[in-house]
Amino acid sequence: MTTTRIPWRNRATRFAETVTTPLLPADYLDLFAPLRSGAALRGRIEEVRPETADAATIVIRPGADWAGHTPGQFVRIGIDVDGVRLWRAYSLTHGPRTDGRISITVKAVPEGVVSNHLVHASRPGTLVHLEQAAGEFVLPADGGKLLFVTAGSGITPVIGMLRNLFPVTDSGVVRLPRSDAFDITVVHVAPTEPDSIFLDDLRALADVGAIELLARYDDVHGVLDVADLSALVPDVDARISYACGPAGLLDALADHHERRGLDLFTEQFRSTNRVVGEGGAVTFNNATIVEADGATSLLDAGESAGQLMPSGCRMGVCFGCVIPLKEGSVRDLRNGEVTTAEPGDGVKIQTCISAAAGPCHLDI
Amino acid sequence: MTTIQKQSTNPIAHLSPEDIEELGRELDAIRQSVIESRGADDAAYIRKVIDAQRKLELASRAVLLLSMFPPAWLVGTAGLSVAKIIENMEIGHNVMHGQWDWMRDPKIHSTTWEWDNASPAEQWKHSHNELHHTYTNVIGKDNDLGYGIMRVDEEQRWHPMYLGQPLWNFINACFFEYGIAAYDLELGKNLASEKRRRSPAFRARAKVTLKKIRNQMTKDYVVHPLISGPSALSTLSANFTANLVRNLWTHSVIMCGHFPEGVETFEKKSIDGESRGEWYLRQMLGSANISGSKAMHFMTGNLSHQIEHHLFPDLPSNRYAEVAPQVKDVFDRYGLTYTTGSLPKQVASAWHKVIRLSLPNGFENAPLATVTALTTKQGRRELRRRPAA
Repeated sequence: MTTTRIPWRNRATRFAETVTTPLLPADYLDLFAPLRSGAALRGRIEEVRPETADAATIVIRPGADWAGHTPGQFVRIGIDVDGVRLWRAYSLTHGPRTDGRISITVKAVPEGVVSNHLVHASRPGTLVHLEQAAGEFVLPADGGKLLFVTAGSGITPVIGMLRNLFPVTDSGVVRLPRSDAFDITVVHVAPTEPDSIFLDDLRALADVGAIELLARYDDVHGVLDVADLSALVPDVDARISYACGPAGLLDALADHHERRGLDLFTEQFRSTNRVVGEGGAVTFNNATIVEADGATSLLDAGESAGQLMPSGCRMGVCFGCVIPLKEGSVRDLRNGEVTTAEPGDGVKIQTCISAAAGPCHLDI
Repeated sequence: MTTIQKQSTNPIAHLSPEDIEELGRELDAIRQSVIESRGADDAAYIRKVIDAQRKLELASRAVLLLSMFPPAWLVGTAGLSVAKIIENMEIGHNVMHGQWDWMRDPKIHSTTWEWDNASPAEQWKHSHNELHHTYTNVIGKDNDLGYGIMRVDEEQRWHPMYLGQPLWNFINACFFEYGIAAYDLELGKNLASEKRRRSPAFRARAKVTLKKIRNQMTKDYVVHPLISGPSALSTLSANFTANLVRNLWTHSVIMCGHFPEGVETFEKKSIDGESRGEWYLRQMLGSANISGSKAMHFMTGNLSHQIEHHLFPDLPSNRYAEVAPQVKDVFDRYGLTYTTGSLPKQVASAWHKVIRLSLPNGFENAPLATVTALTTKQGRRELRRRPAA
């Protein structure tokens, strides 16, 4: 049966393409059913629920091709902010839900263009672009004694795992058989108590003894010193640690655990702050690296290093030199505007009017 | 028209090099103001246009399934003509210019867009964005001047062949999309010698173009007629008509951009070492606008704002109308002529030139240039590169 169906489908697809050329049938179908099977993966925001003053949970109906996720994993979301599509990774804050929807919880960070937009300006009905869930920050299959150290919005992947182990229903927390093998302690750090997202959820779990919760607030307890961890969690040496939070905390924990010979799994989303400067090392796919100053176009820099680059008018008019910037920052030589790409973004830039503004990697 | 360098009254003689650079800075500031305010409303605009265009095309083609009934033929053909015009002009031309690249939407991007036209996007972007927009109106560099088949400047030597150019121009208008494809392939040059004909680069490009033309023709003249069943022949005639209407319309609009009287041309050597300000100045003098209603501007893909488009080819087309008064103000203050006129007037002017130049110079007592009312500055300085004449 399948052997005859596939060629039939191929023929049908090819015929449909002769009807719609130079566009694809999908370009027309997207007008009416953007979440259908076979479409580029998208989702529709169905609910924006405030969690704290500067955090919200965004509930999304993913497209039909969403392949599911394991609690603790993250999803990359592309959303249009001021008309510009920007991509960010967020932890999925529910286990797989029976209604098929997914959720992320976002904390608006200062200068955070996407997080502020999602928390304060996103509206139900908006289409967003998705990638399939990814990430290795998941629970061990066979259970064990675990320690979670989370700071601020670093709680989000952990809440996804905990909700999957201990679903909360109208009649309270349910302890599923699969949770029996886990012994979990959560050290959660936040600047203040009202700033803590998911604190109520954590407390509900602690109240029924599902987890042991140690909440620490900077304004009450002072900033957590990793050296005090063994005082806070006496059996830390017997636990496998999972940590999610800012780079400083993760680095300190890695140091601490390495000295004690302990396992540590970490997850970090906030990119290390990029140094935007004048000029920088420009890397190409064949590992060529050229030092370019802040006044030299990437096109000139690449060509002088012997790279074969697409080019055209060489004055910013024709868009014949556009290639993806894999990572790094570049500056528009005409108006000084800086464009930054994180891994996975592939922001297309005009190399003839862009100069390095720090290290950058061109996808060519 | 004669190259600006050879005119008796040089329309830029009153501008000093400093004036020209200051003019460039003023235009840069206008561009920057649009870039800074570019945002969600603009993105919503182009998405709305694309959405509406596709639905109009779908609906028109659906109506044409019954094209054997004359009212259906009429409605479907009209709808399809409009859809094709919008697709080519307000969407395709402008997306391929990179006007919407800033949205970072891979589906509305200069590097991925393909349009409903015989010429493949890649080749169009090279000949139009790169050659025409960089070397605008430079004789011998900008092939848009007469498309290599017509005499559009007094300085081009007359040949009896040009007597037929009104006819060539009309035929080109009817089959404009193929004219563009041939032009993007530089057929005239590339078919001229055995060596060029056999060049692998040319053959590869020709193959891409032929494949595109085959796909386009199969769609309009085979597949859609076939799925119309008993209406096959009338759908075929409807699709042919829609392509013809689109071709005539786009040809007329594009003729108005650079052919009407009052538009200047430039000598090849005049652009050596050209500064940003001088490039802007050439674009200002080398383009002409069409005045009219909002609907007219939309249907021309805002190429009616040809001057603004040539100054800022990568700004979103929906913003040209808003910067036009500021640009006009720069023209006025620097004593330059902002060439504009209604569509019938500009089309007539362009055709008049095509007909006039089909005859040898001096056959008709037309003025060489229509530059008038230039302000003269006290103590004017020479241009950095003194005009040849």
